[in-house]
Amino acid sequence: MEHHSILRVVSKLLIPPILLYALYVQFHGEYGPGGGFQAGVIFAVAFILYALVFGIEAMTEILPPRLLLILSATGVLIFAGTGVVTMLLGDAYLGYNALAADPPHAQEWGIVIVEIGVGMTVAAVMMAIFVAFASHNPPIKDEDW
Amino acid sequence: MLAMIEANLPALQVVLPMLAAPICAVLGRGTRSWTLTMAVVVLTFAVSVSLFIATLDGATISYRMGNWAPPFGIEYRVDILNAFVLMVVSGIALFILPYARASIAFEISEERQPLFYSAFLLCLTGLLGVTITGDAFNIFVFLEISSLSTYALIATGAERNKRALTAAYNYLIMGTVGATFFVIGIGMLYMVTGTLNLADLAQRIVEHGDSSTLRMGFVFILIGVGLKLAMFPLHLWLPNAYSFAPSAVTAFIAATATKVAIYVLLRFMFTVFGFDYDFQAATLRHVVLPLAIVAMFAASIVAVFQDDLKRMLAYSSIAQVGYMLLGLALLSHTGLMASVIHLFNHAVTKGALFMVAGCYIFAAGTSSISGLRGIGRDMPWTTAAFVTAGLSLIGLPLTVGFVSKWYLVLAALELNWWPVALLIMASSLLAIVYIWRVVETAYLQPSPEGVVRKEAPLWMLLPTWGLAALSVFFGTYAALTTAAASRAATALISASNMLWQ
Repeated sequence: MEHHSILRVVSKLLIPPILLYALYVQFHGEYGPGGGFQAGVIFAVAFILYALVFGIEAMTEILPPRLLLILSATGVLIFAGTGVVTMLLGDAYLGYNALAADPPHAQEWGIVIVEIGVGMTVAAVMMAIFVAFASHNPPIKDEDW
Repeated sequence: MLAMIEANLPALQVVLPMLAAPICAVLGRGTRSWTLTMAVVVLTFAVSVSLFIATLDGATISYRMGNWAPPFGIEYRVDILNAFVLMVVSGIALFILPYARASIAFEISEERQPLFYSAFLLCLTGLLGVTITGDAFNIFVFLEISSLSTYALIATGAERNKRALTAAYNYLIMGTVGATFFVIGIGMLYMVTGTLNLADLAQRIVEHGDSSTLRMGFVFILIGVGLKLAMFPLHLWLPNAYSFAPSAVTAFIAATATKVAIYVLLRFMFTVFGFDYDFQAATLRHVVLPLAIVAMFAASIVAVFQDDLKRMLAYSSIAQVGYMLLGLALLSHTGLMASVIHLFNHAVTKGALFMVAGCYIFAAGTSSISGLRGIGRDMPWTTAAFVTAGLSLIGLPLTVGFVSKWYLVLAALELNWWPVALLIMASSLLAIVYIWRVVETAYLQPSPEGVVRKEAPLWMLLPTWGLAALSVFFGTYAALTTAAASRAATALISASNMLWQ
């Protein structure tokens, strides 16, 4: 890997803007094209690029598979939990109007919170799929079939 | 708090298992995740029972997701038909889970169990969601949730037999083709009507009248759902998927997944397209009805020649789906009633039979019929449960199988289609043949020497007997299910004329 100095330098330069762009897509999603799903994919891409250049072990050191599992579960819980909270506040499931005094702000809050959950789950699942493929078991032998 | 729960019952029905699934995935140990799953399944069943009681008098519960009014927002709409199906699905889950604990601990390694239960909960979420929602696109989304988790559940059988992986992959391809067809069909309907709400769709289709786009939409939906419910020539994924999945999974999906798909078909045919849509009636009579009869015979004959018990039962399931499609294709009140009753009856019967197969695998390590010689003496209780549920599959009086066949024959005779009635009875004879093969091997053939087989543990035996007993109970007191099915059929027929308010 030592001789790929161009790859290493370029990806080190690229990774921070990719992460930043992911956050932009995440939080600009209510005004322009974007949202949790796209942001999650872009965010995961930064880590996948890192793993491609510096090796899968270097990535799993920061993000072990267990953490990825917890992150993906937490994202779903944030989405579903928002619905439960609005239900407890007296509105319907995912009825964001209960989250703030006036409906436009309440809807905005609801969307932002829910999209954070989406982004988290999508990023974690993308990385988990990549890790699963990149460090998978040896292929099944013919006699095992 | 109570008022809050009562107002949000339809949402809770789906949200409870959905919330529990991610928690389950991170719990980390088999026992803990099983306990959480069990608790959630009990609550889910309680919710479905209260929904069923609330709709028993013909009332319809409408729930607005996110408080957006239908037809723009997603509506959950519960009437007697889907409340009945919800109760069947969550009730079967209630029987499967106590059984699953020992069975899954035997078939799946400890570190995978939390993910297994998580996938199980997601599958339950999907099945309940498909049933409860009143929005066509929402049906597609939940259908995919349940299907994707089912592929994963089937693939967990790979720890015992690697062929589970190909079976799951095969199902994934076929299931995805089915889902694609289904969503293309919905797209056609959306093109014609501009709405996705089922009740609104029904009204606008009446206003719009017949057109070739509508016909294409109907055919795409029929084929898409047909793939999911293993309608006869589209059934190729089913035998492998059922035989290589872990026993508890087979019992669960055999008893619920195809039934929910039947419900979707009923909902689209009679609520959306309407009872008097000529093109639909012609398709049902000239395509679905003959295919259903072919399924009853072809699949039963193939079942007779299978050596693996689970595989035999899988082919029998294809034949039983034929009965349900036959009842629906007769296009009469009694026929619909027979379909809805058989949906419940077959869930109970086939659930019990697959659970028995799981007990055999647990105790004897095999589900090959030739490997079960003399097992009736070693495992008397398990085998007795097989005989009870087997009699119900054949359709002997005092079992649920008899009730469904009775109404099916009655529906055929009402139309003066006595050849169809004769064919129904003739196909039951084939069921006698394949059930008798197992009974004969289990009781009348000598055990192989040097084999020690002990009775299955109590926690597997009790749920198995629970379902087997239900198949006798509801066969003896048929009034309970027939009343619900009759009301559901009436609701479906009158829904064709009912307009959305």
